[in-house]
Amino acid sequence: MTEEAQKTLVGSNLEHVLQNGTFAVTGELGPPQSADGNVIREKLNLLKSYVDAVNITDNQTAIVRMSSIGAGTILVEEGMEPVIQMTCRDRNRLAIQSDLLGAYALGMRNVLCLSGDHQDFGNHPTAKNVFDIDSIQMVKMVADMRDKGLFQCGDEFKGQKPCFLIGAAAAPFADPIKFRPYRLGKKVNAGADFIQTQLVYDIEAFEEYMDKVRELGLHEQTSILAGVGPLKSPGMARYMKKNVPGILVPDKIIDRMSEAGKPWSDIKKEDRTKEDKKARSQAWRKEGIQICVDLIKELQKIEGVAGVHIMAIEWEEAVKPIVEGAGLHPRPEMKTPVL
Amino acid sequence: MIVAEQKPLEEIKELVGEAQKVLVVGCGTCVTVCFAGGDREAQILASSLRMSSKLDDHPQDVTDLTVQRQCEWEYLDPIGEDIQKSDIVVSLGCGIGVQAIAERFPETWVVPGLNTTFLGLPTEQGVWSERCAACGDCLLGLTGGICPIARCSKSLLNGPCGGSEEGHCEIDPDTDCAWQLIYDRLDSLGKLEMLMKLQPPKNWSTSRDGGPRKIIREDLQLAEEETTN
Repeated sequence: MTEEAQKTLVGSNLEHVLQNGTFAVTGELGPPQSADGNVIREKLNLLKSYVDAVNITDNQTAIVRMSSIGAGTILVEEGMEPVIQMTCRDRNRLAIQSDLLGAYALGMRNVLCLSGDHQDFGNHPTAKNVFDIDSIQMVKMVADMRDKGLFQCGDEFKGQKPCFLIGAAAAPFADPIKFRPYRLGKKVNAGADFIQTQLVYDIEAFEEYMDKVRELGLHEQTSILAGVGPLKSPGMARYMKKNVPGILVPDKIIDRMSEAGKPWSDIKKEDRTKEDKKARSQAWRKEGIQICVDLIKELQKIEGVAGVHIMAIEWEEAVKPIVEGAGLHPRPEMKTPVL
Repeated sequence: MIVAEQKPLEEIKELVGEAQKVLVVGCGTCVTVCFAGGDREAQILASSLRMSSKLDDHPQDVTDLTVQRQCEWEYLDPIGEDIQKSDIVVSLGCGIGVQAIAERFPETWVVPGLNTTFLGLPTEQGVWSERCAACGDCLLGLTGGICPIARCSKSLLNGPCGGSEEGHCEIDPDTDCAWQLIYDRLDSLGKLEMLMKLQPPKNWSTSRDGGPRKIIREDLQLAEEETTN
């Protein structure tokens, strides 16, 4: 069996979709800041049959939440496929490998390797971070477990190896921007099977990035899923443009959002009723979904984009109209891994 | 140099407590250069403690001394008598100075007057920045002389995370992104290809993670008869 053939034996639905050349759709689910598994089940119902796999965030923005693997277990039980997010912030190489062995045994087949948001952002800023390895080293470690049957220390596996479809993140618009396609190349060389990017709102800038990615031939070695997310308001768009590193929001998108709420924004602030505000919020959200749909249609035209990753955290209801609006529904029949 | 900052006076007072005879010991090396614990700071602290104890209605006898280097016993021995006569010593040395006193004078209670913060350098008047994490396995030859262990918030070894923006780290706009600095330097020296190499997981056993560290140089050790002479 060639190494290439071995690499295709993960057996996940996401792998199946990507291998068939179907434009993939992944979603994202943020576990609750509680031990209530029903929160996961409720959110899951909003995503089921609209995405091929669901990322489960790992203490996202450094706020303590139900573990990714714990929540992922509920997804597996419910017949949905998780992409386990795994950060280097909270775990050293022992814990990462050990957790992945457990995740595999519980039926999880996809992992997204991340460095992780610094704890300074979250609700435990006095914590000690780990960062024993970085995200690229994690990709290589997980690939070596699967492809070479080796632990990071070099010891050989005696029993079942954990075989994961390995994902990594890309930030096409973060600085130093010229290095970004090369950094993607490092992730691909380390063994990333798929890539999920930071939110894309600026199609032209993303096209430039993809030009370079294609020049390096990376789109042929990995599946690139462009990150998209519905805007809730012009304020959110402006905030992201100004405050979130690596996200470009063109003025024309902010203008589209503002325009959608104009009939109510034009009402003098003191005369604006609760109902007006609600109507404006609904109009903004509707436009946010439409912008997302339009972006996906643009992204589909870019050579080398294998799918989209929809990040609608705390607004999972938006996924259905986005996927339908972009003509990406129904999804291919779910292929569940043989346990 | 070792860079330190003085603890708030209230905290030092709390550490000193009711002790009657207090000796503040400054250090003439790193902490003098960073204006945290030299002769001048030792005098000011001693005088502040004296005044404050008077205001609190239980005057304490506070004196001060400064040695050239608190981190070597041979510089502490000449003031041994002063140390032993005191009820408490407030060390204005770095954490090494505090421990050197504790180790050399087991009968004396010593407390720190400084917080030892990092290994760094003054980058402008009144500003000090961290430069070295003392990891025990120097990588500067791979990164153009800029340390990602000490200067990247996540100690990443394979380039910048997605939080690098306009040269700054996402955790703080006043913090440089170490990887932007590394990129710019390698770019200007025509060595960008060095960044393409996949850096393997670091061996942290040479750092604090491997346990307390010690260096033994047999070539410098004295033979037994020499040490006993």
